[in-house]
Amino acid sequence: MRVYEILFIISPNVEETDVEALINQFSEVATNQGARVTKVDRMGRRRLAYPIQKFKDGQYVVLTVEGTGSEIAEIERRMRVTDAIIRHLSIRIDEDLKRAEKFRTRRAAHSRAGRAAAALSSRAAADESNVEEEE
Amino acid sequence: MSSSRGREDSRREDRGPQDRDRDRDRERGGGRRFVRARKSCKFCADRIDYIDYKDMRLIGPYIPERGKVLPRRISGTCAPHQRMLASAIKRARNAALLPFLTD
Repeated sequence: MRVYEILFIISPNVEETDVEALINQFSEVATNQGARVTKVDRMGRRRLAYPIQKFKDGQYVVLTVEGTGSEIAEIERRMRVTDAIIRHLSIRIDEDLKRAEKFRTRRAAHSRAGRAAAALSSRAAADESNVEEEE
Repeated sequence: MSSSRGREDSRREDRGPQDRDRDRDRERGGGRRFVRARKSCKFCADRIDYIDYKDMRLIGPYIPERGKVLPRRISGTCAPHQRMLASAIKRARNAALLPFLTD
């Protein structure tokens, strides 16, 4: 399963209720394609670092989607044809997160290595449960 | 024997490799050289494993006035983290969180 982060910027003159509707619409597209939306993060209204379609600010939304990857194409296609969305960016994050997780567990194992050998078996068990929790 | 005579001396058999190195330094640096304290990677120190492109507080210090990526030789960031940082900055630019250029 791949994890994607889809960020999109909605034009500033879209009303609050319509923003909600847009988010629901795209979450639905994702679920219809067989993906799972795990997180919806509304970053709110922000100033753009440079004007996009002559807008100076935009409403940022980030969706975290779990799926096979083919859903992203469909979501992106729909975002391109939606006029209210002035910018979208989707990135795959599962590999980076896995790498970060590996570093974290290695560091945890390293700092605990100095302790008594009696804790060894319990440590291995703890590591395993940690990994399960994170994934 | 004076090492200032350089290359020819360094080829002599009675001189060890450490002398050869010293000679080479002299030839290039011409005397005393600066030794700065090693800069350290802030991301390693703070144990940051993943640089999120949306986190402006994290990557803000690595964007000078001009909007470029702060080079490693200035910030002291380690290579893996600099790579992560660079891609985060490029993503942030596409998301209009950072400017491509500033005048």
